[in-house]
Amino acid sequence: MSPLRPDGDDWIFEASGTRWVPVIGLEVHAQLATRTKFLCPCAYEAGAQPNTQVCPVCTGQPGALPQLNAEAIKLAVRAALALGCDVAPRSKFDRKNYFYCDIPKNYQITQYDQPYCTGGGIRLASGRFVRLNRIHLEEDAGKAIHDRGDVTLVDLNRAGVPLIESVTEADLQTPEDAAAYLTALREILIYTGASSADMEKGEFRCDVNISVHPEGEEWRTKVEIKNLNSFSNVQAAIRYEVPRQILAWESPDPADHPVQETRLYDVAAGVTRSMRKKEGEADYRYFPDPDLPPILVPAAFIERQRSLLPELPAARRERYQRDLGLSEYDAGVLTLQRAVADFFEATARLSGQPKEACNWITNELLRALSGDEIEATCIDELRLKPFDLSELLGLLAAGKVGGGAARQIFSLMLTSGRAAGEILVDLGLEQIDDEEQLSEWCREALAGRASVAAEVRAGNLKAIGALMGPVMAASGGKANPTRVRELLLRLIHDAD
Amino acid sequence: MPETPLDILRRTAQLARLELTDEELARLAPQFQAILEHFEVLSSLDLGGVEATLAATELEDVKRADDPAAGIERSALLRGAPDPRDGYLAVPKTIGAAPRTNAGGGS
Ligand SMILES: [Zn+2]
Repeated sequence: MSPLRPDGDDWIFEASGTRWVPVIGLEVHAQLATRTKFLCPCAYEAGAQPNTQVCPVCTGQPGALPQLNAEAIKLAVRAALALGCDVAPRSKFDRKNYFYCDIPKNYQITQYDQPYCTGGGIRLASGRFVRLNRIHLEEDAGKAIHDRGDVTLVDLNRAGVPLIESVTEADLQTPEDAAAYLTALREILIYTGASSADMEKGEFRCDVNISVHPEGEEWRTKVEIKNLNSFSNVQAAIRYEVPRQILAWESPDPADHPVQETRLYDVAAGVTRSMRKKEGEADYRYFPDPDLPPILVPAAFIERQRSLLPELPAARRERYQRDLGLSEYDAGVLTLQRAVADFFEATARLSGQPKEACNWITNELLRALSGDEIEATCIDELRLKPFDLSELLGLLAAGKVGGGAARQIFSLMLTSGRAAGEILVDLGLEQIDDEEQLSEWCREALAGRASVAAEVRAGNLKAIGALMGPVMAASGGKANPTRVRELLLRLIHDAD
Repeated sequence: MPETPLDILRRTAQLARLELTDEELARLAPQFQAILEHFEVLSSLDLGGVEATLAATELEDVKRADDPAAGIERSALLRGAPDPRDGYLAVPKTIGAAPRTNAGGGS
């Protein structure tokens, strides 16, 4: 929509002689990975039939009383600790009052002035540190569906699911910052087990706050953007909204200037649109919830949870490169999912071959998981365990099996769950090392290929491939290629 | 300009999604005013040394285990609703019509 282009990587925009600086903050709602809801014992699973996971508490029946889920507090504390936040020893819950069909009590239970934690943040790969202002616990709302006819349909299954809402300081400046922050936050929530953070299931949802100001001047009115259900939408919305605001400020008519409002991102059109003007907004009349006693988080509990935290992905990536000699790319692939990283570490430890373990996992194993030859779609579902893969790596290292045979064994291990050694013997795939047998095949290959031998003798070592082929074929692919090559060279030179 | 009792009543009704006719507003405004005046009396008390009472009990840190329990049947829930449709609760079309909280996300 605009001819405005950022000036360099730091995303400052030049317009009519003014340098405009974008200021971006992010709010993320993440569903905690509990079995039951926050304040009632309803199980919750996304995608269930509407209104089948409900009880008097989460449907707001008169007289129903909420009870806090201990697991929600525990997971929230874990996330806070992984993000370096300070967990408050005591915090309380408040009612945020508003009338809407997805919130049957007419208030949401949340934390207003005493969030369970404050501070912390995430260091991005670019070096930028994004500070967290706070994280608080709250309950999710139900779902209102507007696209089925002349009414709004309400499903209360999601009402009451525990959420943590994390709010950053406005420390971000570019769409890339936003994507990097969200990626890192999501990764940490998944690693700590606090949330599955599946965006498609709505377990991880973000809103963006954006303002722009001339460099060196005070910050200006901020606009909130909602309806961002993917990282690419977040980036696209920022790319649209920043130039929009700059052009709006450049207008000589103050009526055109940005106003404090909520805008929705229209994915199809790639633009942000103002939500209908809302009278009386921000009048949520917060007050302490009288039904829920304050929560206490003792220091001993915090220390216990801290000791249970897994090593976080950024730390793992660094260690894989530093101690195990993996490339940055491979370390990145392995740590994308905690289960894959754990599988790799176990295999590397058992086999003593981190690089080989990495190659087999990133090439063969992850490919098999994304394909459809096997039923498993995640590494935990595999019948093949780290011990099995390390056994195969051992056979390879000892020269008992060649590369091609190893891949054959590997795919059988995936489908059958059987051990590598067993498959090897069953299929007779053992590599042939027997010198007498190999020499015989080599001599057969050399017979009638004197010109090839002459080429090799003249120094063209690549020509030896024309001799290796027949030997491998004669052996049914089982000859040890390293040995064959040695033998061929010896035979050729001995003939001198 | 200070808000008149009528303004406050209108705003409160709007927040509560109540549609009041002019007659109802005229009748309720003085009653509402009386309630607010009573709260002003309470607000005028000097409670500087008194700790706020946030709950009727002095319980702290009451939690339950994360064990699922059966809730209510959908049919029972929908029986209490004016317009059940296909397992959903149907309500008048509301898109964009309400102050939205941060929860719920999406639209
Ligand atoms: Zn419930």
